[in-house]
Parts: sequence; structure tokens; C-alpha cells
Amino acid sequence: MIEIKDIHKSFSGNEVLKGISGKFEEGVTNLIIGGSGSGKTTLLKCMVGLHQPDSGSVLYDGRDFTPMTYEQRIEVRKEIGMLFQGSALFDSMTVEENIMFPLNMFTDQSRKEKLERVDFCLERVNLAGKNKLFPAELSGGMKKRVGIARAISMNPKYLFCDEPNSGLDPKTSIVIDELIKEITEEYKTTTIVVTHDMNSVMGIGDYILFLHEGKKFWEGSNKEIAHTDIQELNDFVFASRFMKAAKDKF
Amino acid sequence: MNFTNFGRYILLLKSVFRKPEKMKIYLKEIAKQMDYVGVGSLGLIAIISTFIGAVMTLQIAFQLVSDFIPKTIIGSVNRDSSILELSPTISAIVLAGKIGSAISSEIGSMRVTEQIDALEIMGINAPGYLILPKIISGITMVPMLVIISMFLSITGGYIGGSVSGAVTPAEYMQGITTDFNPYTITVALVKAFVFGFIITSVPAYEGFYVRGGALEVSQASTRAVVISCISILACDYIVTQLLL
Repeated sequence: MIEIKDIHKSFSGNEVLKGISGKFEEGVTNLIIGGSGSGKTTLLKCMVGLHQPDSGSVLYDGRDFTPMTYEQRIEVRKEIGMLFQGSALFDSMTVEENIMFPLNMFTDQSRKEKLERVDFCLERVNLAGKNKLFPAELSGGMKKRVGIARAISMNPKYLFCDEPNSGLDPKTSIVIDELIKEITEEYKTTTIVVTHDMNSVMGIGDYILFLHEGKKFWEGSNKEIAHTDIQELNDFVFASRFMKAAKDKF
Repeated sequence: MNFTNFGRYILLLKSVFRKPEKMKIYLKEIAKQMDYVGVGSLGLIAIISTFIGAVMTLQIAFQLVSDFIPKTIIGSVNRDSSILELSPTISAIVLAGKIGSAISSEIGSMRVTEQIDALEIMGINAPGYLILPKIISGITMVPMLVIISMFLSITGGYIGGSVSGAVTPAEYMQGITTDFNPYTITVALVKAFVFGFIITSVPAYEGFYVRGGALEVSQASTRAVVISCISILACDYIVTQLLL
């Protein structure tokens, strides 16, 4: 479980996060949603330590991450897997080398064991046999799936996904969402997905935290989101005509 | 670099020299970088050094108008200029353009495409993994390139002098073997070591802290080359002042 308590973060006097708290349970898909500039990516970066919050704490199963030393953070980070918005695959490495990279760095497994793990991860994301391709030879959806394969290669306890559907067609988006949900339930990971994709919200949002102008405005599940009377949330969720029509019918 | 940048540069270097996570992987990376910096630059350094040596001989001969000065002096002047100044400094400036811009844009691109963030999330010391192999390859391969450059520059002088008739091969050979002070080689290698460090660490710093996109990466690359060249010239003066 990951718990955040009263997170504040400013950049050059501009307060981006204004005291955000929340609890993200393991084995369920937790979503952080909000419009552009609402602070969701900043919150994610504060949680994984890419930004240092001005105040507040991030607890990984009770371990406070924010005051940790560099060495202590490294130990927590070995339990984290992350899928980046642009996949962040290493250009100079093949798919196999990308997935094997954390294994090479942190395990003493034999090459055979590592290759077996790579094959397992690639099979898990339906990319078996693509070991020798370079990132430049992959489509956007394939890159995301390789990103997921790399993120799960070390059996992470915590999985973070930053805009996993950005730049993907609706069908591929659903494939990625379902993959994230399956992995979360199968490995009981604490999964946090930052998104503004409404299909993801409705499809996999077991727990949703809605941010607006750096504040937490609402939290609940995808079943509850259609029945709120919070103006800001309704404006965000039902911004499109299609969603509005669906709500009216619903 | 202003003081803030200099402070950040020092802090980055502190992170670079942290204990590597796995030495075997770092050694592999160092070998790769040595190949790129050393072998990859050999052709360019060879061409530049040979021509500079040849041109130097012609220009020294052109300026020696007095019959009282023996022509053997052409070889001596060419030798000392090549060893002390031209080979280390010109090679370093050329390498700053070739290697410096490549390092800056490689690391900068990794920054803007979140590859550096990915390394950090995995628990890897990104400055160490990305920059340390480049610095080690710089401080080892640049001195080697400079030694080759010295040899080729002096050889270029021999060829240039012989072909143009500015100096006979015998006079040139006598010039380069007379009154040779081996200490000049030490000075040149100290310079090459310092330049090798600058050529790799300054562009790495510029690339590592890039924010934005393709435009900022190219700007950082240009800045890296400019700052490296100025730093090379300033350090050239300081090392010369200290050692000679």
C-alpha cells in the first residue's frame, strides 16, 4: 500500500500541489485523474522521488520515502516499476536488452535465467519473439507493452504508469488498460495510473483520485463517478458530447 | 558557466564518482566509450595533425629569412610547437566539437525522452552510469590521441618540408633530434589529461540538465562546445604557467 499525506509542491513560487492526501491499496488499479496542469504528473513524480515535495510524506507500506537517504531510496526503488508516457525505452538497446537491463544491474542470475525471464515478460505482454527488435522498429502500442515488460521484469511491488494511453488508438488503449489491470490483480501490485483517458476511468478505475488546480476534489470508484454532483468533476468527466449522452441515458 | 552552474557541475561530479552498482556493466560501457572516443576519432586527428605539421614547416621556413639561422631550426621549432601546443590544444578543440556535441546531445535526448528518469526509478545512479565511462574514456584516450597527433604532426612537417623543398630531409631530421627536452612530453600529456576531462564532463553536464525538447538539446550541444573550447584554452594557459 502507498499512502500520501499532505503533499505540497511549488515551482518558482507557483504552488502546483496544495496538500494532497490519499491511500492506494494493493491489488487494485488506482487512478489519478485531472485536467492538464492539475498536478497529476507532478504528484506522481513526488511519489517516486523524481521531485522532492516541499512538505508532506509518501509512505511505501509504512516506510516514509521523503526523508530517506540516497542508499535507502535505492532499496525502495528496486521494488518500483514504472511505465513512462513516452515509454522511455533505451534507444541503443534491443527489446531484450531493455528488459534485461535491471536484471543485469541488480541480480546475479545466469544469462539463461535472465533470458527466460525476458521471454516470460514478453509473453505476458503478448510480444513473444520480438526480442531482437530496436525501439525505433516498434509501434507506439508495442513500445508501451515493452515498457510494461521492463517494469515487471523485477517483480515490482509498486507499479506506476504515467499516461499509458497517450498517443494510442482506442483499441490499443483498451489492450494496455486490460494488461495493467491483469498484472495488478495477478501479482497483487500497488498500481497507480495517471491518466485523463475516460475509457480508462470507466474501464479499470477501482479507486479514482480527482485533482483540480492542485487540490484533491474527489475520490471514489468508477461506479460512483457518474453519480457525483461536483461541478468540476462532472465538467471533466462529461466534457465530450458522447460521455454527456451516455450519462443522460444511464 | 556562472557560479550556480559551477556548483551544480561539482555536485554532478560528486554523483558521477559514486560507487558503481555493478562494475562489470560499467567496464563494458567504458570499453564502448573508449572505442568511440579513441578509435572513432583517430582518422580525424591523423588528417588534422599531418596537415598542421606540414603547414607549420612551410610557415616557419617562410619566416626564416636570415642566412645566419640554420635550417635545422625548422625541425626544432616544429617539434616543440607540435608537442607543447598544437597537438594537445588543437586536438582537444577538434575533439570538443566532435565528441562534446555528441555527448551533450546523447545525454540531452535521454533526458527529454525520460530515459534518465527511467534509470533513476530503477535505482541506478544515472550520472555514474552515463557519465563516468565517458570521463574515463576521455582521460585515457585523449592522451593517446595526442601522442599519435605529435608523431603525425612531426611526420607531416617532414613530408611538407621535403615535398616543397623548404627544408631538406636531413636538415629536418637533424632539427627534430637536436636539444630535445623529454619534459615537454610530460607537459603535453598533463594538458591532454585535463582536456580529456573537460571534453567529456562539461558536455555531459550540459546534456544532463537539459529541460524542454529538441531545440533545447541542440542549444545545450552548442553551449557545451563553446564552454569546452573556452575552458580548454583557459586550462591550457594555467597548465603551461604551472609546469613551464
